Amino acid sequence: MRQAKSLRAKDGFRLFLLTTPVIALTFVFCYLPLAGWSYAFFDYKAGIKLFDNPFVGFKHFQSLFANPVIRADIARVMKNTIGMSLIGIGTSWLPMFVAIFLAEIGSGVYRKIVQTVTTIPYFISWILVYSLAYAMFSTEDGFVNKLLISLGLADTGANFLLDSSHMWLKMWLYSTWKGLGWSAIMYIASIAGIDHELYEAAAIDGATRMQRIWHVTVPSLLPAFFVLLLLAIANLINNGMDLYFVFQNAMNKEYIEVLDLYVYNKGIMSSSISFSTAVSAMKSIVSLTLLFVANFGSKLLRGESIF
Amino acid sequence: MAKSKSPGDLIMDILICAFFALFSLVCLFPFYYIIINTISDNNLVARGRVLFYPIGVHFNNYLEVFQLKGFGRAALISVARTVSGAGLGVLSASFLGYAMTKQEYWHRKFWYRFFIVTMYFNAGLIPYYLTINNLHLRNNFLVYILPSLAAPFNMILVKTYIESIPPALEESAEMDGAGYLARYQKIILPLSKPILATIAIFAAVGQWNSFMDTVMFANKSSLYTLQFIMYKYLNELNQLAQLIRQNPSYASAAAQIQLTPVAVRFTVTAVVVMPVLLIYPFFQRYFVKGIMIGAVKG
Repeated sequence: MRQAKSLRAKDGFRLFLLTTPVIALTFVFCYLPLAGWSYAFFDYKAGIKLFDNPFVGFKHFQSLFANPVIRADIARVMKNTIGMSLIGIGTSWLPMFVAIFLAEIGSGVYRKIVQTVTTIPYFISWILVYSLAYAMFSTEDGFVNKLLISLGLADTGANFLLDSSHMWLKMWLYSTWKGLGWSAIMYIASIAGIDHELYEAAAIDGATRMQRIWHVTVPSLLPAFFVLLLLAIANLINNGMDLYFVFQNAMNKEYIEVLDLYVYNKGIMSSSISFSTAVSAMKSIVSLTLLFVANFGSKLLRGESIF
Repeated sequence: MAKSKSPGDLIMDILICAFFALFSLVCLFPFYYIIINTISDNNLVARGRVLFYPIGVHFNNYLEVFQLKGFGRAALISVARTVSGAGLGVLSASFLGYAMTKQEYWHRKFWYRFFIVTMYFNAGLIPYYLTINNLHLRNNFLVYILPSLAAPFNMILVKTYIESIPPALEESAEMDGAGYLARYQKIILPLSKPILATIAIFAAVGQWNSFMDTVMFANKSSLYTLQFIMYKYLNELNQLAQLIRQNPSYASAAAQIQLTPVAVRFTVTAVVVMPVLLIYPFFQRYFVKGIMIGAVKG
């Protein structure tokens, strides 16, 4: 018996050895960058070995709060970051709403077509979204301007794309166009899993269609909605960067620059490596804290952890 | 049971159908608009005449765009990273997922967490950038492939799927003395085809769409991808005009239809989006399956 157990352990170690390439890759690309945090404590200049640069301690972290120019920058960037995240969180019920009404369509064929068509945008890159936005809204080549001119509603094209007004709203619209259909799919599958007897019972009790939606469908979708909402809250300052990167230009930068983009522009475009590493590190720590807060909230309210 | 619908229900049905028709139209129209513009007469496009249907249909733009300097190379890089990234991604995620189902795996709990943590925490953009630089992966094709192989989410998908396969199937092979690799290859891989297809398709789309890695880590034009040159064409009008002039057929009398910057932009967009549009309807069920299994906790 003991021999069998040690044989098993030997097998387990052999299996571990077989997976070491993936472990090494994960270590290199996910854990090794943590060592890069040390750059935040130096005044790093590209081309010089890290330890040959002057050690400055917490200077870069302090400058986030002490330096008035940087403080104003950070305040603006945080306003954009949290502002756009909050718009997303405030409208996070939309996919559920779409799924509920899509499920109300009687024709299966029509439902399938809608589902296929509305999920396509999710699978194209942000740069393609930008290109499509260009095709729709640019001054000379854009559909909207051409249509307005040909209908005689405008004399010259308006530059919807470069213009900096309503930037948050525009970014929300692009994100929603890209993601709404796909986000709805999960709810659609949940609706398909709801016990039909519940609807029949409600119908016998004389519930109208809206009452059935409100008292049967919505409550059974709420747990999933709640988990996604908590994850969105955990990602409050993690709104990604591809979309903002492709849509940014000299005019809209003030309203579009979110934390990730700011770090990129500072660190890679203007080579303030040490300062932006400090911002990166701060961001990671705050995100992790938010995740734990969200998880704690989930445990408190639902008695279940989100990860 | 025959259902008779009240007038209120009927109005609601119509409103719902109309809403989804509009939603679908908004999703589809930009693609349609781009495509009709690429196959219409370029002069008419420039004059703003092509709005709802193509006029003066021709396919010259596609032929010309493929001759643009750097386009063929970019297409090659995009295809190469898509194929190798998806292939290796499936291999690494499936074997790791398989290994993680084994209780005897050396310190399984620890290593499982080692992978899961990376889904929720990362060191940040600049530290990652520095790491890639220090590893000399800048301007190296491997920067497109290697980081994508650390994919814990895919590992969870496979693990969840394999756990649903009856263990007896594997045990009988174990009795016959087959080792892990043999069992993985002969029993697990064939049985988990649906989930492997799901991962492959997600990885392929991810690779095809990937674009920030080129921006950050490749400044050699030999590593440019289609997504990246499209980005350049959209943002650098002067360079694009110059590129068009370099095309062999430029200003030759034989070519009746001249390439214009907007024609290049739209045509390249159409070329880049086409693979996704073409494969998506056929693989939709795999995509959906992916999200559903992913929704179940790992």
